[in-house]
Amino acid sequence: MTHTEPTTQISESGSSQNLEAGETRHARPRYVPQDTSANQVQAEILARAQAGDHQAFAELYTLHKRRIYSLCLSMVGSIAEAEDLTQEAFLQFHRKIATFRGESALSTWLHRLAINVVLMHLRKKGLQVTSLDEAMEPAPDQRPGRSFGAPDLALSGAIDRLALQRAIDDLPAGYRLIFVLHDIEGYEHNEIATLLDCSIGNSKSQLHKARLKLRDALRRHPTQEGRR
Amino acid sequence: MSEETTDLSCAEFQAQLPDLIGSGENIADHAHLLKCENCSALLRDLETIAEAARQLFPIVEPPDELWAQIESAMQSEEAASDS
Repeated sequence: MTHTEPTTQISESGSSQNLEAGETRHARPRYVPQDTSANQVQAEILARAQAGDHQAFAELYTLHKRRIYSLCLSMVGSIAEAEDLTQEAFLQFHRKIATFRGESALSTWLHRLAINVVLMHLRKKGLQVTSLDEAMEPAPDQRPGRSFGAPDLALSGAIDRLALQRAIDDLPAGYRLIFVLHDIEGYEHNEIATLLDCSIGNSKSQLHKARLKLRDALRRHPTQEGRR
Repeated sequence: MSEETTDLSCAEFQAQLPDLIGSGENIADHAHLLKCENCSALLRDLETIAEAARQLFPIVEPPDELWAQIESAMQSEEAASDS
């Protein structure tokens, strides 16, 4: 089996369809309609892959690899883990491809499959499945502070990207998970609740705490410019 | 604007904030925010952080070698299922 680049360049569905590597996601990536001709071409490739055509599967990999790898990377923050998880996601995709019936867009189905792969991985690392509401609640000393009493300092000007990246990397796993799913990947709270088997209220609460924690971290560590 | 809403303390308002933000509605005109610069600043910060974070995670290309690894693993699985 050899991998050659697909001759027809089509994009996975979602606003990411026009994103090249290195571009950023601006909002709600998954619900932008794909054009009909691209859908038809992808359906043909999918049908061939479902019939066991390895070249067609390679084409599906080429179409979806950036979104899946970027998703894994944003959820775990480690390149090595993201590579392993991307591999596992595509292996599961290969195993299950014949069961895909097209009720949802392939990109949505694959995206959810990848999220489940990442969740399984995180749970193996200690994020409990059975009581996510409690398991995702960090220890008291990791909780963000409330913001009342003395006037808050509004974040001044542009946020330092490195400081924000560091703050996100330092988030407890549960906070990071919901923050990435909601604020980066564009999932709604009801979808997150279903994915994570927690309540909608818990999803909202955890997201809010994650943002508060990021704010705390950014206020503790001034921008690079501010340190000079 | 109800008196009950207007008279919320910062603590009470911030306890409601996850639901208010999660509702997806524009809460800029919430009675408490109109009179409280502290909570208005908090909300502005949270919105700024969310927007900045979206810009922070680019779509990136996985390493070229990854496909070879996946392809190899797929072949191993297929060989195992054929035997």
